[in-house]
This record gives sequence, structure tokens and C-alpha cells, in this order.
Amino acid sequence: MQFPNLMPIAATDAAVRWNSLYNFLLGISVFFFVLVIGAMILFIIKYRAREGAKTFYFRDHHFLEACFIAIPTILLLGIFGWGYSVYNSMMRPPADALEIHVIGKQWLWQFQYDNGRTTIGNLYVPLNKPVKLIMTSQDVIHDFFIPNFRVKSDVVPGMYTSVWFEARVPGEHQVFCGMYCGTSHSQMLAKLVVLNDQQWAEFQRGKKIGPQPDARLNLAAEDTTADPSEAQAATIEPVSLATQGRAVFETKGCVSCHSAGDPTHGGANIGPSLAGIFGKNAALQDGQTIRRDESYLRQVIEQPQSHLLKGYQQSVMPTFKGLISETEMNSLIAYIKSLK
Amino acid sequence: MSNATTAAHGDNYLNHEKGLWSWLSTVDHKRIGLMYMATVLTYFLIGGIFALLIRLELLHPTQTIMDANTYNRMFTYHGAIMVFLVVVPAIPTTLGNFLLPMMLGAKDVAFPKLNLASYYVYLAGGLFATASLFLRGADTGWTFYTPYSIRTSGTVILVLTGAFIAGFSSILTGLNFIITIHKLRAPGLTWSRLPLFVWATYATSIIQILATPVLAITLALLVMERVLRIGIFDPAIGGDPVLFQHFFWFYSHPAVYIMILPAFGVVSEVIPVFSRKPIFGYKAIAYSSFAIALIAFIVWGHHMFVSGESEFAAFLFSLITMFVAVPTGVKVFSWVGTMYGGSIRFNAPMLYAFGFLELFTVGGLTGVFLATLAVNVHLTETYFVVAHFHYVMVGGTLMALLAGMHFWFPKMFGKMYSESCARVAWFLILVGFNVTFFPQFILGAQGMPRRYWSYLPEFTLLNQISTVGSWLIAAGFLFTAFYLIKALISGEKAPSNPWNALTLDWQTPSPPPHDNFPVTPIVTDWPYEYRPDGAIVPIQGAAPLPA
Ligand code: HEC
Ligand SMILES: [Cu+2]
Ligand SMILES: [Cu+2]
Repeated sequence: MQFPNLMPIAATDAAVRWNSLYNFLLGISVFFFVLVIGAMILFIIKYRAREGAKTFYFRDHHFLEACFIAIPTILLLGIFGWGYSVYNSMMRPPADALEIHVIGKQWLWQFQYDNGRTTIGNLYVPLNKPVKLIMTSQDVIHDFFIPNFRVKSDVVPGMYTSVWFEARVPGEHQVFCGMYCGTSHSQMLAKLVVLNDQQWAEFQRGKKIGPQPDARLNLAAEDTTADPSEAQAATIEPVSLATQGRAVFETKGCVSCHSAGDPTHGGANIGPSLAGIFGKNAALQDGQTIRRDESYLRQVIEQPQSHLLKGYQQSVMPTFKGLISETEMNSLIAYIKSLK
Repeated sequence: MSNATTAAHGDNYLNHEKGLWSWLSTVDHKRIGLMYMATVLTYFLIGGIFALLIRLELLHPTQTIMDANTYNRMFTYHGAIMVFLVVVPAIPTTLGNFLLPMMLGAKDVAFPKLNLASYYVYLAGGLFATASLFLRGADTGWTFYTPYSIRTSGTVILVLTGAFIAGFSSILTGLNFIITIHKLRAPGLTWSRLPLFVWATYATSIIQILATPVLAITLALLVMERVLRIGIFDPAIGGDPVLFQHFFWFYSHPAVYIMILPAFGVVSEVIPVFSRKPIFGYKAIAYSSFAIALIAFIVWGHHMFVSGESEFAAFLFSLITMFVAVPTGVKVFSWVGTMYGGSIRFNAPMLYAFGFLELFTVGGLTGVFLATLAVNVHLTETYFVVAHFHYVMVGGTLMALLAGMHFWFPKMFGKMYSESCARVAWFLILVGFNVTFFPQFILGAQGMPRRYWSYLPEFTLLNQISTVGSWLIAAGFLFTAFYLIKALISGEKAPSNPWNALTLDWQTPSPPPHDNFPVTPIVTDWPYEYRPDGAIVPIQGAAPLPA
């Protein structure tokens, strides 16, 4: 048995920034610990009860007490600011980030990619490219935790949360479920597999990717020789997520009310056109405006009356809650996002 | 000490009335305090056994002694019992009940019968919660997060009801104490002469009264959600699971201070007595308790930085949380400052105060890690958090409780315990505690999530060290139980004021008479007037003590 490293590797730039902040906190904590406990031990030795020794007499020392307040306050504000700035960069994905959908369920992780592929247990991402995970849960709250990237977020049923990262180290990174979710919580693990450009291109084409080296052990990218039978699979073009969503749009009957700015798709106009709405603000009947993000679309589709649009007295749109699976919902949203 | 007599007249609160019924129906705050102590210690034993079983299971990366479902129940009951039935009530109901009227120079609390009722309410809550153990049990964790707690099978409702009922005991005790402090102070006992334990109890009581009802409402809503499916927390029926977390932490963060403020009070009493010096920064310590109580109510969101909370909310909660560290730091510096230039004695209570300072400082500093936004993201929900709150809650509250029990044991029972035994036990507990919980900081930083029944092989070594530490703690507590029980049976008789302390509770025989003071004391100075020449002036004008 070998004594383990004190920290997981830092496999993103954010993780490196995180480490500096953490090390600073560690340093300052050791300093204050030594200060307090050192003083205590010093006093214990120096002022232990002795026959005839006189004690000091003082009740307060206002300057000292002011220092007790001022110095920690200044330090803590600095720590807060530093923490917020790192946090801020961890929360804001670049606009061109690759989006991957994550679905948590008791007790496995499922991943849906733009190209229409779905994987379970292994999340494949490209090296040196920003990736944004859009996550939801099918049952209870889970939590997607990648120690090597220092990121985590709860995965909550009924809404979308996200994390983003730009992986710098190829190979396999451990993923844990961080939120207690029942019997097999501790087995709800996944591997995040960072692929180099060539492997990623192959993955995009539908090729099966074999096991990759553990990112901690092998920091250099290594080519795994392709299995010939896998090369066969690479010729089958997967159906993209948005295209899958288009099919859902038809089978669930959305198409009978909504136009999609897509001439092959009829021009129904009972409901508003969904072309180009993603990311824009919606004006609601109750006077509020709300940005149309993934969570908005999800809520409108599940419970249209919760966000009645301006100009509609009541919604004729049926409630789809419970009728659309999480994977279908992801594809549907990908489809609406793709409409121009 | 042999010729120091106690209870010269023979009559004290312990033998004032006899028989089991005289205890069960007593309205004497001292007896109620002891009944609480017996009950709290019983629950502590149960919760502790669960803790040992949890650590034993984690000896190996895969199954050691129990399956995952059993393990999940173990940590649920360990947490729920330790939080709701042990650490929250521990100091206020045991030491608080016993000491508050004595420190005020009063005969009893303001509402003695209500005080007894609070005890039975607490007992009932505990029985409900533990009864569910014998049925199917609950596996929600002590935090009862929705929607898991709505959907899982098991007797979750019984545990919720237990915590709900126990909450009322907390509210009633808080109310009783506040009124007692306002109304029953002895003549001359002005606010600026109140012992710091009383100040701390006051601040605690405010939180108990204001925060606990929110817990009660939350738990009641959760029960309704489970039974009636009203659709408030379960997203499948239109609810918001994160709302539960807001409600829950709105109580449970302030509850952290219900647990720790009384501990601050105990330490503030012990350190000056054994340093023979006035407490340093009396006002700063007293007011910082209120600053903490106030801030406690507006920081709950720091438990939810990764829950999908907005960036703006996270910004505010992190910022405000930082300010909790300021008054806390003031206290720590003041305690150490009190020791400066003193004449320090190493009796068991003081040893526990040292232990408190060490553990609480680690707990407090690691709290700053968790308050820092980005750092929190990686560390939250890992063993780092587990280690942090054990350092604060066990290292802080439990060490202070032990300090207090050793400090007031002679007063409570009129007996002395063996100091050398106490030293051994103290050493075992302190070392055991660090061996158990320090490795968990490293485990957490490495990324090991909490509430894991199995773990990756690379976490094995540190987990095993932690488990061995838990055995040291257990040995320390068993030994403590042994020598304290021995002292009860055959301990030397204690003098009325063995530590030469100045608060009013020491200015009466040990054990105290039924009415606490033979004559109502008149207070003429603050209780920390330790003079440089070591002379003990009976500054607080109490009745003359027996020889
Ligand atoms: C019976 C007709 C009907 C059907 C079927 C229908 N909708 Fe709607 N939808 C509406 C109407 C009317 C509105 C506008 C009123 C409102 O806000 O509820 C609307 C609003 C919306 C909006 C909000 C548009 C905006 O500008 O913000 C979205 C998104 C949407 N629907 C998606 C869907 C999807 C996806 C489906 C299929 C699963 C669907 N709808 C099925 C009638 C329909
Ligand atoms: Cu989980
Ligand atoms: Cu908190």
C-alpha cells in the first residue's frame, strides 16, 4: 500500500487556479493555528501555577481587541474576493462550449451527445476544448463531481444545472455521485474520458472507444491502436441529437400547433413559432420577462400554464409532464435550440 | 480536602426527597438537569455505537460487516440522534438547567413546571425517533433531503415526528431561560456582571425560539408531502426539492450555533478560574455571541453553493458567512489572552478547555475553506465537510461539555473524581479524536464523497487510520464513565468551592440545598475578579459558607 497523494491532479486551468487559492488558505490556516495554539502552549509553560507567583491584572485592551476584529476582517474579505473570482470563472462557460447532456438516475449516469450518441458510465470529451454539461435527474437529487477538475454540481430532477471545464490531461478521470441518493449511492460512479483530437473525431463518427489510461498515471496522450471491428462501426453515421428531437417534435404532436421556421414541417400557427427563440427573452402574460434557457423550455413543455406568454389568455397547449422522457426532452430542447 | 465539609446540615437537593417518583415528578431545575444528563448520555451512547459501527464498516473498501442499506440507516440514525437528541440539547438542558438559576442567585427557573414538561417533550421526541429503529428504520440521512425522503420506504415519518416533538422542548426551554435571565437575577446582578455562561445561554435561547419553529414547519410539510402528496417538495407533482433545502438550513445553520454558543459559555467560565485571572475582553465575548446569533440567520445558503443556487445568492451567502469568523476569532483570541500572565492549573476541566481550543481552532479555520466559494465547490459533500463539522460540533461542543461536567461534577454530586484517571481519559479522547477526524480532511480533499458505504481502494489507508482513532475515543469515553461512576459511589467528599471560583453557583454548599442558597445572595462585583496576589475575597456577597 502506497501513501496516497494529498490532492487529486489538477487537470484543468481552473483546477490549477483552484489549487493556488487552496494552498493560500492552507498556509494562512497553519499560520493562525500555530499562532493560537503556539501562544496557548507558551502560556501554559510560562505561566503554570507556581508558589507565590503574581498574576497580571487586566480586563480589556481596546487596541488589541480592535486588531482582533480588523485583521481577520481584512483577510477574510480578501479570501472571499479571491474565492468569488475563481468561482465566477468556473460558472461562466465560453459561448462556443460543446454541450453534452447528463442524466442521473438511481444509480447510473447517462450521457447524450450532439451527434446523437448515448453512453452510460463513460463520458467522452475532447481534449483542450471547453465542454458544458447540461444535467438533470430522472428521480432524486444526485451530484456530478469530478475531483480532478475541482467541479461539482447537484443534479436535480425537474431542472437543469450545469458545470463546464476544459480538460488538459487526456485519459480517464474519476467521477463520483456527491449527493446521497440511496442504496447504491457509493457505486454511482462514472469515468470521464478525455480524448485527443483523433480519438474524438473517431468517437464523433460513432466508433467505440476502448479503455483509456488512468489520467493520474499517464499524463502523456497515447494512441490506442484501433480494433478492426471497431473501424467497421465507424462507418455508421449516428443520427444527431437535434434530428432525434425533430422526430419527437412530430410524434408528440408539437408540430400540429407550432411552426418551426422549417418549410418541410408545415406552418401550423395555433401556438407561436419556435424558430430562433432560444436565448431570447420571452414576455409573459403577467408582465414579467424571462430568458429562454433550457430550464425555461423544459418548464413550458411540462407545464405550459406556468409561463403563459403575453397575448394568450389561456394556454391551449397540453401539459406534457410525465409524457416525455428525459432523453426525449434533451433531444427536443436540442432541436428547438437548433432552429434558426 | 479531608476536613472540608459539605452540606453541613445534611439536607441537599439530592436527598431532599426520596424515591423514583420524587425524581420523575420533580420541578427542581437541578434534578431536571440531571435527568436530562442521564437521557442525553444514553442517546450519546446509542449514537456513539452507531458511529463505531460506521467506522468499522469503513475498515475495508467493500463490505466489512454490513450491507449498504444497513449502513445507510446507521449514518442516518447516528446523525439524527447526535444532532437532535445530543449535541443540540446537551449543554443548555444539562448544565444550563442546573446552573442558570444558581448563577443568577435564583431558587429555580421562571417556570419550573414548564421546565419539567420540556423534559418529557424531549423524552417523547427521542422515543419516537428511536422507536422507528425497531421498525423498518429510515435511510434519509439526518438532513432528510427531498425528493429522496419522500420516495424512500421505511419509517421516515416516525423520525420526522420525533425531531418535530423534540424541537418543542428546545423552544420551551429557550423561552424559560430568557424569562429567567430577565426576571430572576439576584439583587446587584446587573447585566454587566452576568457570568459569560449566562450570556451565551441567552444568545442560544434566542436562536432556539426563532429558528426551531421553522424546522417544525418544514418537517410537518415533509410529513404532509409523504402522506398527502401535496406537491410542495416533490418535482414529480410540481414541487421544488431545493425549497426543502432552504427551509431545512434556515433552521439547521442557526442550530450549529445552538450547539456551539453554550460551549463558548462553558469555556469562558473555566479558563479564568484555572488561569486565576479576569476573563480578557468580557464585553467582546458577551457581544460576539449576539453577533454570531444574528449572522447565523442569514448564512444558510452556504450549504447550497452547488445546489443550483444563483451566482448572486452564492456571492451574498459566501460574503456574509465570512463575517461569522470575525466574532468567533475574537472569542478564541480572548480566551488565549486570558491565559497570558495567569497562574495556570492543570485540572481536568482546564485540560478539556485546552482540547476545546485545539479542536475548535482547526474546525473554525477549515470553516473558512468551506465558506470560500470556489473552494467549497470541490470540498462540499466530501469527507472534508464531515471532518470540519465533527471538529466543531464534537471537538467544540463535546469537549466543552466534558470540561463543564468535570468542572461542576463536585457541585452537582458533592464528590471528587480521580484527577489522574481524568488525565488519561482526556489524553485518549483528544488523541483519538484527531486520529479519527484529521485523516478525513485529506480524504475529502482527495475527493472521497461522504455517505459512501464503499470506496475506491486508494482511500483505504486513511480510512483505516480513522477507524482505529474511533476505538481510542471509545476507550476514552468508557474510561470516563468508569471513573465518574466510581467517584459517584466512593469519591472523596467535595468542598463547596474546590476550584476557588467566583460565580454564584460556587457560593453555596456542594451539593446545593433544595432552594440553592440558604440566603439570597447580594452581588457586588463581576464574577471574574481574580486578584494578582491570589487572595480569594468573597466578592459576591453570598451567605456565609459552612466551614
Ligand atoms: C394544442 C396546441 C399545442 C401543442 C400540441 C403544443 N403547443 Fe406549445 N404552445 C401552444 C401555445 C398556444 C403556446 C403559447 C401559450 C403559452 O405560453 O402557453 C405554446 C407555447 C410553447 C412554447 C413557448 C414559446 C415561447 O415563445 O416561449 C414552447 C417552447 C412550446 N410551446 C413547445 C411545445 C412543444 C415542444 C410541444 C410538443 C411537445 C408543444 N409545444 C405542443 C400550443 C401548443
Ligand atoms: Cu448519489
Ligand atoms: Cu451552516
